Amino acid sequence: MPAWTCAARSNGLFLMASSAHRRRAVAKAAIWASALTPAAWLVWRATQGELGANPVEEVLHRNGWWGLVLLTTTLAITPVRRLTGWHSIVRYRRLLGLFAFFYLTLHFSTYLVLDQWLAWEYILEDIAERPFITVGFSAWLLLLTLALTSTRGWIRRLGARWLQLHRLIYLASALGVLHFYWKVKADTREPLIFGAVIGLLLLARVPAVQRMVSRVRTGPALRPGRHVAER
Amino acid sequence: MRIHIHGSDEIRSLEITPERIYMNRRRFVGRAAKLAAAAAVSPSLFACAPSPGRSEELSDSGGSGEAGRSGAPGQSGIQERDWSAVRSELDEPLTRYEDVTTYNNFYEFGTGKEDPAKNSHTLRPRPWSIAVDGEVARPAVYDLEDFVSPHRLEDRVYRLRCVEAWSMVVPWRGFPLADLIRRVEPTGKARFVEFTTLHDPEQMPGQRRGVLDWPYVEGLRLDEAMHPLALLATGVYGRDLPNQNGAPLRLVVPWKYGFKSIKSIVGLRLTEEMPATAWAVAAPREYGFFANVNPEVDHPRWSQARERRLGQLRKRPTLMFNGYAEQVEQLYAGMDLRRSF
Repeated sequence: MPAWTCAARSNGLFLMASSAHRRRAVAKAAIWASALTPAAWLVWRATQGELGANPVEEVLHRNGWWGLVLLTTTLAITPVRRLTGWHSIVRYRRLLGLFAFFYLTLHFSTYLVLDQWLAWEYILEDIAERPFITVGFSAWLLLLTLALTSTRGWIRRLGARWLQLHRLIYLASALGVLHFYWKVKADTREPLIFGAVIGLLLLARVPAVQRMVSRVRTGPALRPGRHVAER
Repeated sequence: MRIHIHGSDEIRSLEITPERIYMNRRRFVGRAAKLAAAAAVSPSLFACAPSPGRSEELSDSGGSGEAGRSGAPGQSGIQERDWSAVRSELDEPLTRYEDVTTYNNFYEFGTGKEDPAKNSHTLRPRPWSIAVDGEVARPAVYDLEDFVSPHRLEDRVYRLRCVEAWSMVVPWRGFPLADLIRRVEPTGKARFVEFTTLHDPEQMPGQRRGVLDWPYVEGLRLDEAMHPLALLATGVYGRDLPNQNGAPLRLVVPWKYGFKSIKSIVGLRLTEEMPATAWAVAAPREYGFFANVNPEVDHPRWSQARERRLGQLRKRPTLMFNGYAEQVEQLYAGMDLRRSF
């Protein structure tokens, strides 16, 4: 084997390693870019005066809606991994979760500042007495906890309990959908779609369902067995 | 949705109003200041039968071709009449025409606020007929023109308060509902008026989904309907109603939440029984038959104490009966407004 082949191979390995690194960097950049696009678009529309007749409501609803979309995306990571075996995507889960929190924080701040003008007597009354606001606020508090403990330091410190704590995202998502469902007047289609998708993603975590899914995945291996059964 | 920029001369469009629609036409003489003064007088005067000085009486631009039909006057059209100087009797500026016509709850065209402006081009407001029946001496089906033409159209500036806690100030053009009711001669049994919106999924694509129980139905007690503030509107900002605002004929009941002001009316029935109204059927716990604006009776899911006026950022306190308490509260004397919400 000529020396240059060997050189080329090691060079190739080096290239592979660096390209995996580059792929990850590109993927992260893509997530940043796409996750920030809705916010940028909102800012652009605001500067153009194109938020419609009720800009406060538009900003409030847009941010809430994107928060739910990103929360759903975050919840999809684990089932997608299991289904496709594409394990490396778990790397992007924290980033997605933090972007969900980012939009929901914008949503909540819009309510506090632009909608209520920090009129605390009304805000506290809302949180205490309007169930849809109570559940929305609770969901945000849960996500705040998760965002604060999403650092490496907290992961280390909490150990096994970290995973348990971060299962609270299931509850937060369910409360988020309930918040949306209780808010709309008659057209419940959108909150029901969110509810169905999030419901499926949570269902996919139930052990029995997981076993079914993995059986589907390893389907070809089971074929002889089925053959036997058929006979 | 700027369709037609109205030409240079607003008055000319009044002059070309066809003879058959023309009723008690009066040249638009009010200059800005005069009109402002006119519109800013006390609501109790405002509530009386038409007389010069509070609401300008103008001939209908309805059917006068492009000006009315096109629906959306350009900024210039608004400027020419100088609506910008017109204010409500509480000295509030009008909500921009653009906001009045692009932020609508009209589920027949979709449940988003901007859906009606986008989707209502499928509605054909001419020809149009309105059936009047039930407890009346002379039930009949009227062509829109025959329905409207005996009445004198006037411009009235009203606040519109939505049950969702936003509001507008709108210059409607129309005539008192009471005049129409007198004209059709209710029998002694009539106690309520029931209104029905067109039901035609071809023209109203939102009706293909069962968001509400179509057709949309609204109603008033007869004494409410006879109140001089209750208006049958054919126009807004001096023009025919755009489709998204309920062309060609809608109700405006300014002291009640907006959903009472039913749009695109095809039927009017005098009844003995209280009508089953659309929102009260959809969610009886949340929407009552009366639906009077009341800052002290909250919607089960949100507060009604304050509202956002479109075009303004800060919320403002909601007024009892939307600021028309002096005129209408006697209608509800002795009633528990918390129970009859």
